[in-house]
Parts: sequence; C-alpha cells; structure tokens
Amino acid sequence: MRRSDQLPIELRPAGLYCPAGDFYVDPWRPVERAVITHAHADHARSGHVHYLCAAAAADVMRARLGDIRLQTLDYGEPLVVGRARVSLHPAGHVLGSAQVSIEIDGHRTVLSGDYKLQADPTCAPFEPQRCDLFVTESTFGLPIYRWPDSATVIDQIRNWWHDNAAAGRASLVFVYAFGKAQRLLASLADGPGPVVCHGAVEALNRVYRAGGVTLPPTRAVDDGIDRAALQRALVLAPPSAAGSPWLKRFAPYADAFASGWMQVRGQRRRRALDRGFVLSDHADWPALLQAIDATGAETLRVTHGHVAVMVRWLHEQGLDAGAFETAYGEQPGGDG
Amino acid sequence: MKRFAALFHALDAANGSRHKQQALLAYLAAAPAEDAATACWLLAGGRPLRPVAAPVMRAAAQTAADLPDWLFDECYERVGDLAETIALLLPAPAPGDDLGLRRMLVGHIMPLRELSRDDQAAGLRALWRQIDGDSMLVVNKLITGAFRVGLSRQGVVRALASHSALAPERISQRLTGLLASRQPPGADDWYGLTAAGDDGDTDALPCPFFLAHPLTGEPAPRLGPAGDWLAEWKWDGMRGQLVRRGGVSHLWSRGGELVSDRFPELLAMAAMLPPELRIDGEIIVWPADAERPLPFNVLQRRINLKQVGRKLLAEAPACFVAYDLLGIDGEDLRRQPLASRRQRLEALLATCEDPRLRLSEAIASDDWNALVEAREAARSRGAEGLMLKRRDSAYGEGRSRSQARGDWWKWKLSPMSVDAVLVHALRGHGRRAGLFTDYGFALWDRPVSRPDAALVGFAKAYSGLDDAEIRRIDSFIRRNTVERFGPVRTVRPELVMEIGFDAVAPSRRHKSGLAVRFPRILRIRDDKRADQANTLAELRALMPAEPG
Ligand SMILES: [Zn+2]
Ligand SMILES: [Zn+2]
Repeated sequence: MRRSDQLPIELRPAGLYCPAGDFYVDPWRPVERAVITHAHADHARSGHVHYLCAAAAADVMRARLGDIRLQTLDYGEPLVVGRARVSLHPAGHVLGSAQVSIEIDGHRTVLSGDYKLQADPTCAPFEPQRCDLFVTESTFGLPIYRWPDSATVIDQIRNWWHDNAAAGRASLVFVYAFGKAQRLLASLADGPGPVVCHGAVEALNRVYRAGGVTLPPTRAVDDGIDRAALQRALVLAPPSAAGSPWLKRFAPYADAFASGWMQVRGQRRRRALDRGFVLSDHADWPALLQAIDATGAETLRVTHGHVAVMVRWLHEQGLDAGAFETAYGEQPGGDG
Repeated sequence: MKRFAALFHALDAANGSRHKQQALLAYLAAAPAEDAATACWLLAGGRPLRPVAAPVMRAAAQTAADLPDWLFDECYERVGDLAETIALLLPAPAPGDDLGLRRMLVGHIMPLRELSRDDQAAGLRALWRQIDGDSMLVVNKLITGAFRVGLSRQGVVRALASHSALAPERISQRLTGLLASRQPPGADDWYGLTAAGDDGDTDALPCPFFLAHPLTGEPAPRLGPAGDWLAEWKWDGMRGQLVRRGGVSHLWSRGGELVSDRFPELLAMAAMLPPELRIDGEIIVWPADAERPLPFNVLQRRINLKQVGRKLLAEAPACFVAYDLLGIDGEDLRRQPLASRRQRLEALLATCEDPRLRLSEAIASDDWNALVEAREAARSRGAEGLMLKRRDSAYGEGRSRSQARGDWWKWKLSPMSVDAVLVHALRGHGRRAGLFTDYGFALWDRPVSRPDAALVGFAKAYSGLDDAEIRRIDSFIRRNTVERFGPVRTVRPELVMEIGFDAVAPSRRHKSGLAVRFPRILRIRDDKRADQANTLAELRALMPAEPG
C-alpha cells in the first residue's frame, strides 16, 4: 500500500495534478495540460493550453469555451501520457461527462468528476471502475439526501404542468441550462402545451441535438407563440433568469425549481417558489456509498461537497480516506 | 392519514390565503367527520399533550436509521427540524393500512405518552415502520408538536364557516370550546361544530358593531348644536365587544374573531360583572398607574401572540375602555337613546373599581370651540382625535347609510389615513440596500363584497417603519412575490398598512383618479386582512366637500 504522501494525484494551487503524466484534472487556474471531466463551468475553465475530454463532450466544450485546443478520447480508449495510461469512462452526470482513469505501474486511480447512478436519457450511464485510489465528489454526501425514483419525480412535474395548464397558467421550471434542462426535456415529451426554452437553455439544446441526443421540439419566445398557448406552456429557464424581465411575458405562471437541494423543506421555502422537485444530476448518499464500494478502492479522497462527513464516515468503515480541498462549486447555488 | 398528509403538503406549498382556503375546503368536503374535526382542531392550534420527549424521539430515530451520533447531528443541523430530519433519514416503510388522522393520533401517537422510555422508543420504531413516506413528516410533527402550516385560527374559522354556511362568529365560539381540550375532537364534535341553528343558553355571539363615519372639515354648523353630541376620545386600539352569557365571558374583535384567550386579564376582570351583559368598547394597553395608554404597536404584540407570557402581561397590560352598554340582564338596550344607555353604563361601572375596565371619558361639549380645542389636545393624551355620537341615537348596525344623517363620527386629527394593501415593492439604497424598502399601495375600486372588486394602486410610500419592521416586510415580500418587472416586484395582496397623508385631491395622472400628499406608513395592520382595506370611494370621501 502506498503512503498518502506518495499518491499519484496531488493537490496543487492550480488544481489536482498528476506528476507522472504532468497534467491536471479539472484545474481551476490556467495550466499547460488539462483533462476535463465535464463541461460545467466550475470543472471546465478557460485559459488552459491543451484540453483533453471525452469525445461526447467535445461539442459542449467548444460551445462553452470557444476555440480551444482540444483532444478527445472515446470512452474506454487509452492514451499514454508520460508514465501514465489515461482513459475516460462514463460518469452519467451530463452529456460527455467522464471519470478519469490513470494507471501508473499497475496502480489505478479514478477521479469521478461529478456523477450520478440514476438513469438519464441524455447521457451514457455511469460505469463503475475497479481501482486502488478513488477520488469522489460529495455534493450530496449526507444521509438526508436519498432521491425519489426519477420516474416518480417526472410524473410529479408532468401532473403539475397539466394542473397549471388547466388553470390557464404557464409552468415555469428553473433548471440548470446544461444537463438538467435537457434531461427534463427528453423525459417530458407530449405535454398539454408547448415547451418554451430560455436562450441559455436553447443554446445547449442545439448542441445536444447536433450530438445525436433526441429532444422533443422546443420553442423560443420570439417564435410568436400566441397567448393561449403560452398559458399552457412549460418554460425552462436557468436560475439566473429569476427576477429578469424575460419572465414577465409568461404571467400568470406557477414556478418551480428542479434540484437535489429541494429535498429539504427549508430550501424550498427560502426560494419562495410554488414547488420544488427533487431531481439531481449528482449521486445521493446511498449512490455515493454504492459507487465507492463498487470501486473496491482502499484509498479514497473526497472533493467538493460534504467532504468532512464523507471522510469521517469512510474512515469509520476502515478505509484510508482523506480530503482534497478543491475549488468546485458545492453550495446550493451550484449545479444540483 | 394520507389525506391529511396531502392537505399538509398542499397548505405548505400554497402561496396565499385563497389557495390555503381552497385546499382546506376540499379536505373538509372529503374527510370523514372525525378527521375533519381533528384536522380543524390541529390547524387552529389544538394539541395533545406531548407524547414523547424530544431526546427519546431523537435516540429512537438514530437507532432506526442506524447512524452514528455525529452523523445524525450533522443531518439535524442541515435540516433544522427534528421531525423532518427523521422523515428524511428513515428507510422508506412498506405502507400498511391507511389509518385516519384521528385514529392515528388517538390510537397510535397519544398512547405513547403512557409508556416507559424504552417502550416509547420501541413504539416509535413500530409506528415508523407502518406509515407511508408522505405521512412521515406530518406524523413526526404531531409527535414533536412543531406543527405549523401558516394557516391562522381565523383562516380555519373562515373555511368552516364557508363549509357549513354558518356565521364565522358562531364557528369561532364553538371552536373555542373544542380548543380548550387536549383531546382531539370526534365525529359528534364535528356535527356540533357545523350544526345549523343557535346554541341556546350558551349562545354568546357579538351583535353587529355600530361604526362611525370619518368627519372631515368643521363640525359646525353641519352637526347642529354641540350639546346634542357626546364627545369621547378616539383611542387607537382594537374595537371589541365583551359578551357575558350565563356568567361566561367572551371577548370579540370587530372582525368577528374571538380573542378571549389573548386577554386573560380582561376575562378575569369581566368575571366581576353581571352574568348577562354586552359592552362595546376598545381594547388598549393601559397600565393601571399610567395617565395615557401605550401606543398601538405595544397592543399589537398582544394581538399577535396566541399565548401570553407573564412578562408580556406585566409589560403590556390590557384595559377595556367601555363605550356603550348594549344589553344587561337579558334586556337589549340598543334601541334606547345613547344618553340613557350611557347613564346605565356609568351606574354599572361606578360599582366596579378595576383599572382593567375604564369608562370612556365624556368630554364637556357645550360649544364646538371647546371641542376643537379638545381635539387638538388628543395627541398629547395618546388619542387619535374625537368620537362624536348623537345623544339621542340608537345603537345601529355597521356604518349608517347616509352620511348626511350620521349619528356617529370619528373626528380624527390629521394626518388623514387609510388602510391600504401592499402590492409592489422596490429595493432600497445605502444602509438598506438589498432590502425592500419602497412600497406601492392599493385600495379597492368598489366595495369588497362585489365579486368584481379589484385593487387599484394609489400611493407609494417608504418612510415610517423601523429596521425590524422593514426586515419583516422584506421577508414577507420575498416569500410573496408573484411577478418581477425589472427591479419592481408584484406582491401577493395580503399585507395591510395604514397610510397617512396630508391631503387628497382629484388627479388625472393617477389611475386611481386621486392624488395624496406626503403619503407615509403609519403602521402595519396585522389585524386586518386585505379585504378589510379601504376603498377608493372612502379615500375620495376624505376630500373637502365641493363648494356649492
Ligand atoms: Zn457538474
Ligand atoms: Zn462538481
């Protein structure tokens, strides 16, 4: 067994670094070579010289970061970088999200990035990887976070949309523009009215469609949708649109937020929204434990989220657990 | 239990009192009688004795969830509520029989109280295994007692009144009887609560209040000789009616709410009065040795609290200022002239020396000049102005139709004021940056009884509140925003404030057709609902009469 100070991954000011391959994974400061797990803004930042990501993520990466020097790998395809053998494996989080596997002299490290185990029609499902060191996220690393079945939540949203349409008001759902919005869209075809997307959401829809993900037809507000149709519409907008004049045209509407944070009543009430739907692109507590267990790893490092809780819990299970203080989003404002 | 859990979640999610009313009405229509009774009892504030102490419950939950101490604490800290933490942590149970609300409470929750601590823990774990996920939170809240859904007792009364087509006052009185018990009411109580007809010997409903018109301009010569009028101070308190029936006292607000529980000292005082009695008066905070009453915001603390502590009772002692004797010993005095009612009121109070009951002072009124002077002095006495009541008038109902022949006038000091509904809000600057400090207010465009009545904006105001009040309003606005136009928020029309101003004049630029000068917030009227706010016509009536 390796001692902690000899881990093949170390924390540096710019991010998590692999000395054997001289590259970073999801660095938060500009570096020479960055392997990116997925295109959410807190994991994929601009300013690096060379990028490496999963082939399925390439379009989103370019849409978000512009003209970058990007190399891609198919899931499972190996690449030798220095002394390290790198491969990417589906993380089930959003389109193109990957776990990063790094093999050095028969020792395997896997960095999870963000991941979930629930089914998602818009991305490849999470594939558990056996490894010696597993670096896991812990966004929802508390036992209070246990997701209801996603089909149940989708039904709740659909029923709510139908009720609102019957009452003559639009259904406005705040969702993260990249990932959650498309997951909802793909699950909510054939509702009582049109689906209208905020520009930030529609931009990502185009990338998903171009990448071969089937999404139901959506409309933009400037399509000239008549008022009657608007009152039956499902409107998807990013949380940043809250309070913006863009929403004015949909009045009267009922509003909701779809996120794992909605599991706790206080979070729902604080937002003063009509509804909170518990739908997350992250693993809940049981899924985190299940994923960790499936790796068979004896050494664990925990990143963003409830780091201290996860570390202590794993430690009490007899595992070598520690923390990496990363700069990824972890508060209720982050992607949930 | 599922039905009540669904009601709980609907009330929890509903924004605005109308949606809450609808949810409760739907529940009352569908639920079995005993559950409907128990639901109303719970929502109006009824509670069983706490069946299990919090530490016992916490320990049982930790065992059931199979978590170490520290992790349970982390979760509790994150959630902030024990009942909810437990609901989130326990494994999803296999749903058993769906017991009704009352059977759950009486058959499963309340008996826990009689058990030893160990048996309580086992009993809780057994209970948790058989309730479904949606009911879990509600059942836990019934056990911890932290059961709040943002529906007032008066909200329950309104729903019950509408469900049973009875007067809210009657419902309120009957509900009070049920709430006195720690035992959840059953089916018989439900039939009693909603039965048509009066309550015989125990009937103690208030009679309609007689209301005054605002007097603007000079009283003379319009009102004739000053000697025709009884002049009294107009107090800034809460109008109330003290009803004694069969020796039992009931204190009613003008809004038809039974407020007896909130003023225990007034009930104690009333016990010395004749057993059959009806007095119209004003509830204000007035310490025994003080020359003048304390301002309205002190009374408001009493109104807002359902349970009054000893400290508050000492700091804010209530007093009933008696205006009028409406009935005594079974005799209805309302048709008699005010002068003779007043004589009998004076005689009655002469026998009673209790600082909690004061006779409303009659101000010498030989000529109008003396009264004009008295009115100017009102503020220094803690009053808002004068009340003028025609000495030979009967006690009417509501506001008399014709203003020209008004028998009761309220002759307030300026500023003029109306009760208006908060409808818009804007963020402030500087020290109060980020908080909503600038407000838009609206009045009704026609009597609220009309189905097409709508609120029309009439003034913006921002001064007059202290920091604590601003924070409170700010949080109300955040919770009740219905729409956002750039920086402006549209707020659910629920909060009433009294808006003072110096003058009102016709205006073509304003949608309301009226412009007020120097509008400012005088106080928050938590005691009023939006449908009790003033109308534009009432604002217009404050304008000086047109010449000719
Ligand atoms: Zn992410
Ligand atoms: Zn992340």
